[in-house]
Formats: sequence, structure tokens, C-alpha cells
Amino acid sequence: MSTLAKAVLASLAVTIAIPASAETLRWARAGDALTLDPHSQNEGPSHTIRHQMYEPLIIRDTTGAFQAALATEWGPSADDPNVWVFKLREGVTFHDGADFTAEDVVFSFERAKQPNSDMKELIGSITEVRAVDDFTIEMVTDGPNPILPSNLTNLFIMDKGWTEANNTVEVQDFEGGEITFATTNANGTGPYKLESREPDVKTVMSRNDNYWGRDQFPMDISEIIYTPIQNAATRVAAMLSGEVNFLQDMPVQDLERVNNATGLVVKQAPQNRVIFFGMNQGADDIEADNVSGANPLADVRVRKAMSMAINRDAIQTVVMRGQSQPAGMIAPPFVNGWTEAMDAESSTDVEGAKALMQEAGYGDGFSIRLDCPNDRYINDEAICQAAVGMLGQIGITVNLDAKPKAQHFPLITDGKTDFYMLGWGVPTYDSEYIFNFLVHGRESEIGTWNGTGFDNDELDAKIKSLASNTDLAARNADIADIWRVVQDEQLYIPIHHQVLNWGMAENLGIEVDPEDQPKVKYFTINATN
Amino acid sequence: MADTPTPLTSNVHDKGRWERFRESDFFFAFKRSPVALVSFTVVCILVFSSVFAPWIAPTNPFDPASLNLMNGFTPPMEPNAFTGSAFLMGTDDQGRDVFSTILYGMRISLFVGASAVLFAMVLGIVLGLVSGYFGGWTETIIMRVADVQLTFPSILVAMLIFGIAKGFTPVEYRDQMAIWVLILAIGLSDWVQFARVVRGTTLVEKKKDYVAAALLIGRRPWAIMIKHILPNALSPVLVIATISLALAIIAEATLSFLGVGAPPTQPSLGTLIRIGQGFLFSGEWWILFFPACTLLALALSVNLLGDWLRDALNPRLR
Repeated sequence: MSTLAKAVLASLAVTIAIPASAETLRWARAGDALTLDPHSQNEGPSHTIRHQMYEPLIIRDTTGAFQAALATEWGPSADDPNVWVFKLREGVTFHDGADFTAEDVVFSFERAKQPNSDMKELIGSITEVRAVDDFTIEMVTDGPNPILPSNLTNLFIMDKGWTEANNTVEVQDFEGGEITFATTNANGTGPYKLESREPDVKTVMSRNDNYWGRDQFPMDISEIIYTPIQNAATRVAAMLSGEVNFLQDMPVQDLERVNNATGLVVKQAPQNRVIFFGMNQGADDIEADNVSGANPLADVRVRKAMSMAINRDAIQTVVMRGQSQPAGMIAPPFVNGWTEAMDAESSTDVEGAKALMQEAGYGDGFSIRLDCPNDRYINDEAICQAAVGMLGQIGITVNLDAKPKAQHFPLITDGKTDFYMLGWGVPTYDSEYIFNFLVHGRESEIGTWNGTGFDNDELDAKIKSLASNTDLAARNADIADIWRVVQDEQLYIPIHHQVLNWGMAENLGIEVDPEDQPKVKYFTINATN
Repeated sequence: MADTPTPLTSNVHDKGRWERFRESDFFFAFKRSPVALVSFTVVCILVFSSVFAPWIAPTNPFDPASLNLMNGFTPPMEPNAFTGSAFLMGTDDQGRDVFSTILYGMRISLFVGASAVLFAMVLGIVLGLVSGYFGGWTETIIMRVADVQLTFPSILVAMLIFGIAKGFTPVEYRDQMAIWVLILAIGLSDWVQFARVVRGTTLVEKKKDYVAAALLIGRRPWAIMIKHILPNALSPVLVIATISLALAIIAEATLSFLGVGAPPTQPSLGTLIRIGQGFLFSGEWWILFFPACTLLALALSVNLLGDWLRDALNPRLR
């Protein structure tokens, strides 16, 4: 047989082999991970992809409960209330074969504290991470921190040797457009290994048969092919035709269609994520409006009026087709500090809003630009468009600029937008996380996603004290106080809490995770097929 | 040809322009062609209704403040479940009346199409005349650029120009500029046809005696090109313009469909089709169907008209 014929036969064999493998998870969603660098971009879809390849010390399972990952035991030190002790898992190796030790944990935490890291708010209270021996870690905090473990569930551990060898010790400068080795390569301890990655096109992962939990978790999926498909109709068509068998970001208008299709099923759960608008109220004058020498958003009456102009029930009924829950505060109901009363505080009152605008001196309205993502949240662009109409009713002319999240998010973190949409999930299930990122004044270590320019020193001190407040009742009282300020100042305009819908082939056993972070190692394949 | 009224009768100068037009071969052929009559009527209706859209359309879809989101997804001719309002062609996802949006959207499609063709025509004619008349390196440069551009699909060229222009436009003005950028993008991708035809005619005509005579009496090159040579190229230019118009309308719809054209708050037909395409699986067919039919009717009738025009103006086919 000639070499050519062999090559042809071999390639034929490959083409036939791929569809035959039933264990392939062909997974699609609207957008791609922004980067693979574990400590850059604290963003849901990016973490989701990393979770398959990297592991933190502790993860949450589909019910939201803590599970041991790279740490087997953890607890506050008996001797010092400012120290947490973690016992590390032994016998774990990274994908390249290197052993996992305490040194890697110390290194990863140091890396996550670098200026370019987007994870530094989560570990702001940690002053030192030290290795007691190869498999014991002590974390020293600047005061007793009762909720430290919940801050660590997305804090991935990298291999020190691999990172140094590939010259990627520095976290990439994402806003500056930097690409490093770690942004397109991965070497974790996780259940899946990176095979290939083309950003925004396709990411392929294969099962790590040396995974420490190979026998503990189903791990029925042997290969993951992840394809971002921005267009909603194309995404659904791919699912209906069988081209993908697991779909996140299911368009709400197509739930019924997919659910009624043979072999497909949609599973639903309330999501730990709230969608809202942010407004730059800190600047004296803003660029995106037509008012010179003044910032209409600095006036709380204007912000209140804008919130009152939004008809959340209409958005829920028409844009979301019932797949959302109108919100009055920017905390999902899962979160400590959420109250039903505050979540009901936003009401629609166009006449009242007009009166408030009049009172604030903007009776004739003004115009402003709204920055909106178009591939991140469910119907994000349609929500923004609906808001354009609703704000138009109180005289605010809104120019909508919708763009992919990779261009949208840097506007917020760089302070280059004055009116923007953002969604926030709370992996720690505690309000402190929201305050640290979205309410605390913007500094290099904290408040990095606070694009509102809001900066209240008294409130900032209170937010910082939450980390080391061990008196839970007093801590919760402080949280309620901070929320009161956020609500009264109308710091943000809450829209709704998302409801999650995952489409999947019927033979896949997948539990919907309220954080929208599927962890493929839990997926099963039912033998019925 | 015996029964055809010949246009060049002795008393031709006694009659008005309209009279002369009515007696022409051209008008006769038009009257006898059902395709031309039908497509001309369709074009007239569509152009009329889009020009007078503000008076015909029941709502103004470009005024976001007038929209009621609760009207969203109303099927055609059925009252909305919440508001009770009924719409001839239903409403889209934002509660916009599809019929009004089509009228307003067609305005954008027609305006962009016509302006882009006009732009391409002027550019093509100027470059064609210059390269044909002067020849030499001017001709070489212009025609090689044209050749290179012909090797790219025009929609790619348009997308490239659109992308570059968008990068230079400040974000605040992007929505207002989008239309002009579209015109520029489609126009620049379309001038080659005109330039080639005009250059060909110029090459033939410039060797003729009347051009030499004009030169002798001292007419300037520009006057010769425009007053003497150009009229000879007008028939083919007119044909290309009509066919280009259909292509330009489709190019605009394609760009808008791909999300790089008219903004969603001021939808053209292509934007409407893009919006509607998201609701095909869920059964809200009218959001896509009516704009698509309108685009089809518009592009097809302009194209058929152009086709007929080519035949009618081609002496070899008569």
C-alpha cells in the first residue's frame, strides 16, 4: 500500500472514529473564556473553562456545598484566630507530571495578589501564605476571617515549575491586550487536560486518566469540545441538529422547542446572578452625555428616576419570557445579606420619575451612551434596547453601544464607561464579595469592578471590617447598613436575577449548578442510549 | 420597424420633451413589456411608501420612547394579550410595529443603496474618464487598483472599509455615522464596474474626429471628457447603475444582517431580518417574514427593471 493510500485510510478512520465516540461532550455557549490565565479576569465563563483543567483548594458541588479539591481538610488554627490551616491532598500530579506540593499553593497565592490579578479582592485579607511542610499550608489573615474558605473556590493552583519555565509568572495585563503562555496553555491538576485552543473558535480537552479523583467521580466524558456560538438561533440550530449535546445560555424563546425535540431536554434552576446597570456618579463631568460642565448621574434624584423608569415586569414578561425574577437589589437571593424587602424596593413609576427629573433640573432630559455586552448575559442586548425605550419616556435619549464582552468588560475595569450593563454572580454566597468588587471605592487592590466612581470612606472602612468580624450578628447588621446606603444612593439600577436553562442530550446526567459553572467531572452518561 | 414610430421625424423639435419621450422606441418597448411594467409599479409603490413613511406608518419605530415593550411579539392582525393593540404585520421583540418598521427600514435601505450607487457612479465615471483619456501611468495605476479590487468579493471590501471607518468614528457619533459609513463602504466597493465601462467608451471616442476638432478649437480636457465623451457612455452607465442599485440594497442588508450596518435602534431591512432570525425556531415568523418579503420584492423588481433596461438600450437586441 502506498503511503498516500495509508494516509487517506488513516484520515478516514479518524473521521469515522470521532462521531462514534459517544463520550464526547460537545458543549456550546454564547461566549468564550476571555483567557485561560487562572488569575486574570474573575469572570464566569472563564472560570468555568478553567475549572475543567485547574483546581482550587476547595470547590463547590452542584448544590453549592464545599467539597475537598486540592485541600482535604481545613479549619481555623487552634492557636491563633488569625490563621487558617489547610491539609493538602497527597499524590496529586499536574498534567505535565510534576508533583503538587505546598510550594505550588504558596506560589499561586502570591501570583493571585499581583497588581494585574483580578482575584486579589478575594484574598485581600490574607497577609501571608506559608508552607508548614510539603502538605500543610497556613494562611495568615489581617484579622479573624470566618468566611475565608468561601473566597477560595475559584482560586486556582498553578505549578510553580511550569509557570517559571514558561516565563509566565506575571499575570497577563488583560486590559493592555497582553498575551502570555498561560493565556493559551494550561497545566493544572484538574480532571481534563487541554488538547488545543483557538480563542473564540474551539477548545478541546481530554480526560486526565491520572486524575486523583478518577475513581471518586463519574468522569464518563472522555473528550470535551467547547465551541462558543454567539448567534442565539445558530446555537439552538446546532443543538437541534445534534451538533452539540450540551448548551449553556439557552435562548429563552427556544426552551419549548428544544424541550419538545426528541432526545433533548432543558433543565432549569434559579441562577446566582443579578443583572443591573451601573452609572458613573463620581465624576464632575462625564464624557458620554450631552450635558457640559455637569454630571446628571451625580444627582441621586436622576438615578432614582432612571430606576423608576425601568419596567422590570415588562422585561420579565416579554424579553425574558418569564425566565427571570425582577430585582430590587444587586444581590441574588442565595447571598447572605439579601432580604426580600430590599429586593422588592424597585417600582415602576414613569410620572414620578418625570417629576424627579424636573426637580433635579433635567426636565428636558439629556442624552447618554449606554455600553452593553451582546454575548454575555441572557438577552443582554435586548434588555438594553428595552431600557433605551423606557428611559426615553422620561426624556433621556440613550445611544446604545452593544459589543462583545471582551471589549465591554475592559471599559468597566478601566473606568471608560459612564453607563453600563453588568451582571454579578456571588461565588462566596456573601455580600462582602459584592461590596469588595462593586461598592468599595476603586483602589488598586479593591473595588476594581466599581465603575460608579462612588467612594465613601466611612462605608469603605465598614466594608473592610467585614472580613475580620467574627461576631456574625454584628457582621450581618453591618451588611444590612451597607446595603441601606447602596439602596438609598441608588448606586446601581437592578434589573433581574437570571434563571438558568441548560439544554442537553437526554442521555447526559447533568445537574444544573446555580453558579452556571458546569464541572464536567460530575457528568454521567446514562446507558439507556 | 415599419410600424414603430420613429423618434427622429422632421417635426421632432416642435414637440415637447414628454411628447418626444412618449413617441420613443424606449417607451414603446416599456409599454409592451409586462415584466418592466410590473417591476416598475412595484418599485414605485415601495419608493413612494418609504418616502412618505412618516405619513403612512401608524407609529414611529425610530422613537424608542414611544414603544411599549408589553406590545412585544404580537402576531399579525391579532390583539396583544396584555395591551389589546393589534398590528397589521405584528410586532417585534421590542414591541415595534413591524409594518411601520419596514417602511422606515426601507427608507434606510433605499437611501443607502441609492446614495452608494450615486457615489460609486461619480467616482467610477471620473476615474474611468481620466484613465481612458490621459492613459499612461495614470491609467495603469487606476485600472490595476480596479483589477485588484475585482478579485475580492465586494461584500468583503465593504466590511473592511466599514470596520476601518468605525474605528475612526468616536463612539458617540457611531449611530449617526453608521449610515454614511455604509454608503462609503458600499460605494467604494462598487465603482470598478463604472470605471471600466466609461474607460472603454473613452478609449474609442477620444480617437474620433469630433474630439480632435474640440481640441483644435481649444476646449479644455475636462470639458471634452464631460461634454463630448461622457454622453456616449451614459446608456451603459445607466444600466449598470440600476443593476448596482439592487446589489447595493442587498449589500446593505447583508452588512446589517451581519450586525455591522444600521444600528438596532434604527433598523434597516437587513437589521430587521437579523432580529427576526432569532425567533424562527420559536414560531414568531412574522418578524422575519415580512421584512424578508419586502427586501425580496424591492431587490427583485429593481433587478428586473435593470435587466429590461439593458435589453432595451442594447441596439443589438432590437
